[in-house]
Amino acid sequence: MRILALIGKRLLWFVPTAAGLIAVVFFISRVIPADPAALLAGETASREAIEALRVKLGLDRPLLVQLLDYYRQLLKGDLGTSLFTTRPVAEDLLARLPATIELTLAAMLMAIAVGIPLGVVSATRRNSLLDHGVRIATVAGLAMASFWLALVLQLVFAMDLGWLPLQGRIAGFPPPAVTGFMTLDALIAGRFDRFASAIAHLLLPAMTLAVPALATVVRFTRAGVLDTLEKPFVTYQDAIGIPRALIVWKYVLRNALTSTITQIGLLFGILLAGAVVIETVFQWPGIGTYAFEAILQSDYAAVMGFTVYAGGIFMIANLLVDIAHASIDPRGGHA
Amino acid sequence: MGFAHVIRQLVSDRSALLGLVLVLLVVLAALLAPLISTHPEAVWDMSPANRLKPPSREWLLGTDRMGADIYSRVIYGARITLIIAFVAVGAALLIGVPIGLWAGWHEFWVGEALMRVSDVFLAVPQIVLAIAIAQTLGPSIENVILALSITYWPWFARLVYAEVRSLKHETFIEAAIALGVPKRRIVVQHVLPNVLSPIIVRTSIGMGFTILTAAALGFLGLGAPPPAPEWGRMISESREFLPEAWWYALAPGLAIFAVVMGFNLLGDGLRDVLDPRLRRAHDR
Amino acid sequence: MTAEPLLEVSELRLSFRTELGPARVLDAVNLTVGRGQIMGLVGESGCGKTTLARAVLGILSPNARIEGGTIRFDGLDLIGMDRERQRREIKGRRIAYVPQDPYSAFNPLFRVGDQIMELMKWNSPRRAKSEPGFGALLTPYPRRRYRADKAAAIAVLGEVQIPDPERAFHKLPEQFSGGQRQRLMVAMALLTNPDLIIADEPTTALDVTIQAQILKLMKGLAKHRGVSVLLTTHDLGTAYEICDEITVMYAGQEVESAPVAEFFANPRHPYTARLLESLPNPSRQMREIGGEIPNLVFPPDGCRFHPRCASASDACCRTRPPASGTRQVVRCFHPHPSRLEAAT
Repeated sequence: MRILALIGKRLLWFVPTAAGLIAVVFFISRVIPADPAALLAGETASREAIEALRVKLGLDRPLLVQLLDYYRQLLKGDLGTSLFTTRPVAEDLLARLPATIELTLAAMLMAIAVGIPLGVVSATRRNSLLDHGVRIATVAGLAMASFWLALVLQLVFAMDLGWLPLQGRIAGFPPPAVTGFMTLDALIAGRFDRFASAIAHLLLPAMTLAVPALATVVRFTRAGVLDTLEKPFVTYQDAIGIPRALIVWKYVLRNALTSTITQIGLLFGILLAGAVVIETVFQWPGIGTYAFEAILQSDYAAVMGFTVYAGGIFMIANLLVDIAHASIDPRGGHA
Repeated sequence: MGFAHVIRQLVSDRSALLGLVLVLLVVLAALLAPLISTHPEAVWDMSPANRLKPPSREWLLGTDRMGADIYSRVIYGARITLIIAFVAVGAALLIGVPIGLWAGWHEFWVGEALMRVSDVFLAVPQIVLAIAIAQTLGPSIENVILALSITYWPWFARLVYAEVRSLKHETFIEAAIALGVPKRRIVVQHVLPNVLSPIIVRTSIGMGFTILTAAALGFLGLGAPPPAPEWGRMISESREFLPEAWWYALAPGLAIFAVVMGFNLLGDGLRDVLDPRLRRAHDR
Repeated sequence: MTAEPLLEVSELRLSFRTELGPARVLDAVNLTVGRGQIMGLVGESGCGKTTLARAVLGILSPNARIEGGTIRFDGLDLIGMDRERQRREIKGRRIAYVPQDPYSAFNPLFRVGDQIMELMKWNSPRRAKSEPGFGALLTPYPRRRYRADKAAAIAVLGEVQIPDPERAFHKLPEQFSGGQRQRLMVAMALLTNPDLIIADEPTTALDVTIQAQILKLMKGLAKHRGVSVLLTTHDLGTAYEICDEITVMYAGQEVESAPVAEFFANPRHPYTARLLESLPNPSRQMREIGGEIPNLVFPPDGCRFHPRCASASDACCRTRPPASGTRQVVRCFHPHPSRLEAAT
């Protein structure tokens, strides 16, 4: 019941926020000096032809009218048509979504599976050599430009050592698409060579994405555990003879995870909205590269569509974070 | 809290000290660029005969595709990076803090509305918005600064708003209001000093964040146009010459790493000093 | 005391590491708790009573150092004992704990029943030494013992007057009142059939009206089961309510120890006397004890109360007075006369 109330409240806020976001990006994109009509019409088109095209696309009307029209269009579920792929933007995004999801999942899996235990151990062995090492590593991980890290990893693993492929999603023909996740599809098709190739291609971009995510997860887990270890129930459980490992991994961890869960949710949101730079570097055919190309090509509809998508993803991510909070912390009246 | 006291405490924390040193080094390098670079003229000139030479005594970090000395370009690049960072974060501060103060203090709906507006800017990853703005306006340092300040001010606004809101319920503020102290004085004399600490911490961390985003914009070709020695762009240029010219990518990247690390460590250290409440979790 | 005492602390010296140097929190402290006895450990905040309790419980903070003395529990040396053995055999099982603030002793995110059964999983009297386990996280809870333990738990919850114990099991700690939570703590302390319960300021966090209830409950249950209790408190009223005997501590030294009647009728140590005088009494004005508690990093020599004592002499500043007396033991060179000894 409480969860439904949460969802309701979120949806209520989503509308004005999304509307505002769209308006902002809309106005920005309309300020572009490049003239899409001219671009579309081609270099040899005459002035009248360009003008006619502009009227046809509705670009001559006042901006406000165009914006309202766009809202109306959105409510029908139409994200517009890409000026360059000539397909509906929604279709384009959907086609590229699985690639981004696969990458995001891989990166977050790495970050969580390594980050949470590392954060816990770092906290329980505070000020030890391990702890200091972990803390330095997390600061370093957050200080690196992701595209630079991507290049360095490419340099070392793809070029120098030749262990991993440089870019792309798979070498050769992809397996028949079932889920859109090449790794899963390859397994489903029983083609282990395809699976190996997909995994190999996934590793470098996922690792690059995982570094800042891992650093964040470790930091917040460590902070949460340190905070929780000071709570009186820890002393009490120690006094009544409960094994230390149990106190830490069963009881302390659950209390400590609240802030970490928030960060994990936000990270998911950020990555799903498109890790623009990293996808571009690795030529990963996901939403990030789509967004980047759309922006560079002044593809209005695509930019707008992507913005709507990104805002929606964020809202969902925040919502899921709240739900996760509610299930970890069953206390009522917890905002 | 006295300035001298803050500095003293900061210095006693080793990692914060390291951060401070790194930041100061980069700032000094930027200021003294003409003195410490080996080929100041070559930064902006082209000497095709010398292109892509590996590190040597003459070219400490090798040369780039135009034959310019990478070491000197990195040093001069520090100027660009720091200018962008200081101005962008400064502008975000100057916009965001007053908005946050005003919205947090006054009860009526305008404050909430302003926060919703800032939510809009937080609704997509900063990089995306920055790319959109920068690409719209064209590649230049001014536009990068503009894009970054537009996308960063909400962080300050939200931070200040939340602090002011919670401070309003503190007893000493309520007492001041009850005693009839004029609102402006309360805000300036009592609220502002308490908000100062989180602002300072956020500023330092924001510097690192902004530098990374600015570098990303440069990498994507949206920053200062060539031949400006912008670090992100230099990394992007290096791509086609890998793996042979490995030094080309390494130097600017390490520079970014060093300065961002410096600001992050400094920010963490400042947080420990200025807000002991949080110290338990972010310890020495 | 006919049988050998259950708990015997002798000459315990303990210090905490601080920025200014070691704080000598316990200075050769002696304490005895007999079997079936309720002993009150009384003193102001900072006198070391809580530290002493924690030393017995084995939950001292990492910057504490035991510098000398012994703690013997039923003949076993607690200080030198292997930590793992102490955790398995003593903590929670033979020595139970009722903490000061019941709310913070529960993990707020887990149900009360789960936390009680966790206690029972490791400390139930029905637990055999030979139960298999592969490390703390993989040890199973045998079904039959679980059922027996749960039944016992529900029974004890009823004894401490928790309404509807079956349903209480499924509730979260926040759904109980302060008094109820303290009863839960008392129940958990009794469930393992311990020999000794250490209650650290058990009613300080409660309303005055609830305090008396809890105290009576604890006394009744302890006496009924023959369990010893070591109760620390700064409130003499509490001590009067349920203790058999009272030991007073000041600044890390025990100064007097007496059966409760003698304690209140005839306090011998000047500090004890002043303590009793400082209690609110409608028949006379309140008298406070002048001065402040000493800094434990640089404590006074000899008897640590001497700077504030009206009867202090040179000897008091040099050496700590030895214990004198049998039933009423006092450490003072100039104690008030004992009506007890005088009468014999």
